[in-house]
Amino acid sequence: MKARRRILLATLAAIAAIGAGAGQSRPIVVASKPFAESYLLGEMFAQLLEARGFVVERRLGLGATEIAFGALREDAIDVYPEYTGTGLLAILNERPVSDPRDVFDRVQREFEYRWGVRWLPPLGFQNTYAIAMRQDRARELGLRTLSDLARVAPRLQAGFTPDFIGREDGLPGLKRAYGLEFGGVRSLLQPVKYQALAEGEVDVIDGYSTDGQIARYSLTVLDDDRRFFPPYEAAALVGARLQREAPGAVLVLTELSGRLDEERMRRLNERVEVAGEEVPRVATDALSELGLVGAGRGAEAGAASAGAAGADARGGSARVGESESNEGSLIAYLWNRRAEILRLTLRHLLLVALSLAAAVTTAVPLGLLLERARGGAETVIRVIGLLQTIPGIALLAFMLPLLGIGVAPALAALYLYSLYPILRNTFTGVRDASPDAVAAARALGMTPLQVLRLVRLPLAAPVILAGIRTAAVINVGTATLAAFIGAGGLGDPIVAGLALADTRMILSGAIPAALLALVVDAVLGLVERAVKPGGLA
Amino acid sequence: MTKRYAAATALDGVSLEVEAGRCLALVGESGSGKTTLLRCFNRLVEPDSGEVEVNGEHVRGRDPISLRRHVGYVPQDGGLLPHWRVRRNVELVPRLLGLENPAGLAEAALSLVGLEADRFAGRWPRELSGGQRQRVAIARALAARPSVVLLDEPFGALDAITRAELQEAFDGLRRELGVTALLVTHDLHEAVRLADRVAVMRAGRLEQVAEARALAASPATDYVRRLVRTAGLGAP
Repeated sequence: MKARRRILLATLAAIAAIGAGAGQSRPIVVASKPFAESYLLGEMFAQLLEARGFVVERRLGLGATEIAFGALREDAIDVYPEYTGTGLLAILNERPVSDPRDVFDRVQREFEYRWGVRWLPPLGFQNTYAIAMRQDRARELGLRTLSDLARVAPRLQAGFTPDFIGREDGLPGLKRAYGLEFGGVRSLLQPVKYQALAEGEVDVIDGYSTDGQIARYSLTVLDDDRRFFPPYEAAALVGARLQREAPGAVLVLTELSGRLDEERMRRLNERVEVAGEEVPRVATDALSELGLVGAGRGAEAGAASAGAAGADARGGSARVGESESNEGSLIAYLWNRRAEILRLTLRHLLLVALSLAAAVTTAVPLGLLLERARGGAETVIRVIGLLQTIPGIALLAFMLPLLGIGVAPALAALYLYSLYPILRNTFTGVRDASPDAVAAARALGMTPLQVLRLVRLPLAAPVILAGIRTAAVINVGTATLAAFIGAGGLGDPIVAGLALADTRMILSGAIPAALLALVVDAVLGLVERAVKPGGLA
Repeated sequence: MTKRYAAATALDGVSLEVEAGRCLALVGESGSGKTTLLRCFNRLVEPDSGEVEVNGEHVRGRDPISLRRHVGYVPQDGGLLPHWRVRRNVELVPRLLGLENPAGLAEAALSLVGLEADRFAGRWPRELSGGQRQRVAIARALAARPSVVLLDEPFGALDAITRAELQEAFDGLRRELGVTALLVTHDLHEAVRLADRVAVMRAGRLEQVAEARALAASPATDYVRRLVRTAGLGAP
């Protein structure tokens, strides 16, 4: 029934697209960064476009600034929500400017000129950094402003996101502007920051002014009395291809300009982050409150839209949970999502299997070749070993300009990670295979190829397979990172869960991934025993 | 023949002959060049200068792979392929040569070395004792009935009793088959016992080549004399 509705909706959308989208060659790819507000804005863009008859593909939670903007620049995606301050500081690498108008003018001109990327008029709210404390603690210390904070900071522990600690418009600039010196600064990820503050592990954190968590934990936001934080106006960032091929869609997106104020945005974020409502439903409500989706598309439209989002390959990750509450056992939650988990698991397995197969077909012959020409072997193997030291997320980021987003860069990265263990084991396995037997085989008249095929390879097979097994297990873990560049798999719920601070969602990806690693290891263990020649101890 | 390696001269102007159907022992300490000399006969080693003839034919002109298939070889440790059963190991050379009925040749070779095919053919090398393993290695070297066999300290790693048994078996077998044998050993006793002629090597040179009995009776150099005395073979 639900499936039928999805098909119906997709058909309607397709028909409408033929009329409205006039020559639309491919779906409009809507992306977002991996945090709740970005998901929500991206989903609103998507639903608004769909309501106007465009066919949309969602890549919500695609990745942080470098990845999302990189994808936009390459036209791998068409639109995502961005903040003017981020554009100025993180993308253009320019100095902070305090007037919002100046910032917007600057990024608009510069992005258009450099990349043909267009900032639509801002959505109407700012989401700037906010330095927050627990209400009771702030009252106890008598703190209202950041200048007040500077007086007592040496006695306080701060917990900031790594991003904030490194950015010029974050901690380094803040320290200079206020003469702040904390007793200690810990690097905390977004999802654990609020928890750490609530439990008194840290006294001060960085948040966002429209953050739903601020209301949830009733935190005090200290006033930026020296106007240090630059303006972060939210706006739709539109790629060159969309402007060229579907100017109508760009026009539709401007309907949201100036419509969302801070108060409304905080309330919407709270519904997602605190109440745990589904992103598509909250987005539908927001659009209908704003009168952007027509009357008669009330609650029913919301459900249909949520269904449509679920039908899309990536949309599933935007759903926060089956029920409104965060209660209920984890097992029930996992059971309810079993079909989705199975789909993600199969996709995960496919990513691992394809990359591993490619790695085996190159690393095994290369290992054999290096064994024949031992001179440069160690150097080659060491260079390939260096790949192993590149952090997964960095390798994926390097792939972006070459291969865009999606499956291709993920496969390429997983392939590169698989090479080393297989190559190393093939080389040493074949090199060290029973030297006496090899010497005798040669002395009795085997050709080098026969020695390889009949003696070295069979004797090295268990070692080679152990290398393949290592690579496979590492790959199952690394493949969860593929979700950051939109390749899908069990990383999807992990990334979305991290962004939405939803532990159960994280576990719905992490537990199957761990089990998958165990199963892959066990199966390859059996294969390893099977290829081990008889007669060996 | 001469053969130089980067650091040392392994063979320094060596010349010798083995009569067909006879056994010559190459005796010397490790590093004397005896194994290098042996390996020139199946082109595992190529001499820098000089010629090797097998059955009156220059080996330089022969394909080394084909040459090795026609020359039997027994290494010290047996060199059995651990992932092949005894039968498959012994069938190796007949199969490489594409001979008919390798299984039959293997069985015959096993019985020559005193191993019943029924009991031993299906075993893995690791299921054999050291002596049995060397017997299989000798069977493997002889299965295709080569006219020449090279043995590189074939009994070196065995205990005294097993060694004596195997020496006896090999001696009988060699005479029965009339195979030409080149035997590397560091044991002068073994050389005198098994070989018709003995060549003593030292630092890449031949010290003396003589009939086994003559060598013990009249050593040509001090080195050989010392060797004979140490082995307790000299005249009282």
